Amino acid sequence: MASKVIHAFYNDDDVLMHAVKKVKAAKHHIEEVYCPFPVHGLDKAMGLAPTRIAITSFMYGCVGLTVAIVMMNFIMIQDWPQDIGGKPSFSYLENMPAFVPIMFELTVFFAAHLMVITFYLRSRLWPFKEAENPDVRTTDDHFLMEIEIHDNEQELMDLLMDTGAVEINITEK
Amino acid sequence: MYTFSNRLKIASFILMAVGVLGIGIGFMAAPSTVEEAKAIVAGHGDGHGDAHAVTEGHGAEMEHGEAHDASHDEHLLHQLQNKPWASLYVAALFFMMIALGTLAFYAVQRAAQAGWSPLLFRVMEGITAYLVPGGIIVLVILALSVAHMNHLFVWMDPEVVAHDALLQGKSGYLNGTFFLIRAAVFLGGWILYREYSRKLSLAQDESNDDSNFKLNFRISAGFLVFYLITESMMSWDWIMSVDPHWFSTLFGWYIFASMFLMGITVIALITIYLKFKGYLKDVNDSHIHDLAKFMFGMSIFWTYLWFSQFMLIWYSNIPEEVTYFVTRIADFNLPFFGMVAMNFLFPVLLLMNSDFKRVNWFVVMTGIVILVGHYLNIYVAIMPATVGDQWFIGIPEIGSILFFAGLFIFFVFRALTKAPLQPKRNPFIEESKHFHY
Repeated sequence: MASKVIHAFYNDDDVLMHAVKKVKAAKHHIEEVYCPFPVHGLDKAMGLAPTRIAITSFMYGCVGLTVAIVMMNFIMIQDWPQDIGGKPSFSYLENMPAFVPIMFELTVFFAAHLMVITFYLRSRLWPFKEAENPDVRTTDDHFLMEIEIHDNEQELMDLLMDTGAVEINITEK
Repeated sequence: MYTFSNRLKIASFILMAVGVLGIGIGFMAAPSTVEEAKAIVAGHGDGHGDAHAVTEGHGAEMEHGEAHDASHDEHLLHQLQNKPWASLYVAALFFMMIALGTLAFYAVQRAAQAGWSPLLFRVMEGITAYLVPGGIIVLVILALSVAHMNHLFVWMDPEVVAHDALLQGKSGYLNGTFFLIRAAVFLGGWILYREYSRKLSLAQDESNDDSNFKLNFRISAGFLVFYLITESMMSWDWIMSVDPHWFSTLFGWYIFASMFLMGITVIALITIYLKFKGYLKDVNDSHIHDLAKFMFGMSIFWTYLWFSQFMLIWYSNIPEEVTYFVTRIADFNLPFFGMVAMNFLFPVLLLMNSDFKRVNWFVVMTGIVILVGHYLNIYVAIMPATVGDQWFIGIPEIGSILFFAGLFIFFVFRALTKAPLQPKRNPFIEESKHFHY
């Protein structure tokens, strides 16, 4: 079933922030806000759940650390034992200081890259994806708030006009 | 206005009294003759006796063995005589470095014209007030070393220098007079900046333009240049030169990371204490969050330098360099690796979560562990060269810490009572009040 949504345009992030707070205070559900740049504090104003990407980042870091340890143990100790720094002990633990930079780098590498990939997957982004913005102006200088209509078109129109919207459209979604 | 509560004042006096007692016991217990020194060590076990029994087996080498034993015993006596001095010196350095690290952090905030921190300026100025007595005490200990009252710095002994080509080569820099002149210049510069900046900071409250603020910005930027040079030289002079043969080019940074972190930690601890007592009402969790982020970041920075210094020397394995770490790993295994756990693993795991940095008791707990860890850092830097394997954290060490802790509390909180805890006319004070993360 196609639902009707209302699109309210703003041209200032401060006005947008106040509008979001007002709409939330009036107990309407905001579907989405499209912005040309990240607006600080918008997620909290919209009442979005806090991000869990930091937890995934920690887990990816642990994976990276493990990969580095296993990899260096295989390469430098087991597969082709190396004499490191004139200390031919051939023990992982005694040569561990030499591997710390690799352990650090792979921890960072895994945490950073896998976190970005997770972010893309979670946001359903991939190369050549069709943009989801309802209006191209949200990539330039306009902010757009999308609210679903449940037989309260006029009430929403009045409220949004009141918050300083520069343009209001109603579209089928 | 903050009032120095009687309970805290009495606590600081008790700490000082107990500390003096501990330091006194340390000096009384130190041996004055070789026989006493041997008796003390014999009381601890027969580790040395066994080694001597082996040398006695070599008939031909008897003569040489005895001469060696005598010099060994002399060395032991010096180590035990050094112990109360070294414990006093480590504690004096520790608390002076807290004040100096805070001064550097304060100057960074001034030079960066940071908007979040002006609410904490009076706390920082309070902590740096300890630099005057604390710095002078360190200077006095150094002067007593130059006057041969102790053997903390082996290069000060003309007998040793006479038989050591390396020390002779360094004597243009490492000699008592120049050493004391440098120490006086370092301390003079730091105290001068501290007093002048404090004066401008107070004058800004009463003035009707921003001229004091702007002048403070300029002298702080200038001070940072002076500080980075003198801090680096200070770390060579006062800490690295106890091992005069050994050197490390990043030692200045390493000590800087330690004192910067200690300063920030103590700012956080005192701020939380004052908030708990109902002062500093405008300081919110975001300020604590920022301080905790600094604690987290500087802990990692310290570990980075600690490891960089260790790994290069471990890897190249050059005897005259690696002996520094061989001594520490052989004789100081627990404090040497224990401090890495306390200064790295603990803060990293506890302060990694963003929300934990806002929980005050979490910050306090981590802060205390960081301070103990960085005491050990200085301890492990000074002790191997001065007392060697005769180290033990006992009455003289704890007494010294208590004494300087009492002195620190007394001077810091007395300075906090001298001016309103919130600067009035700092141009960034509004931003600081509304600071939120």
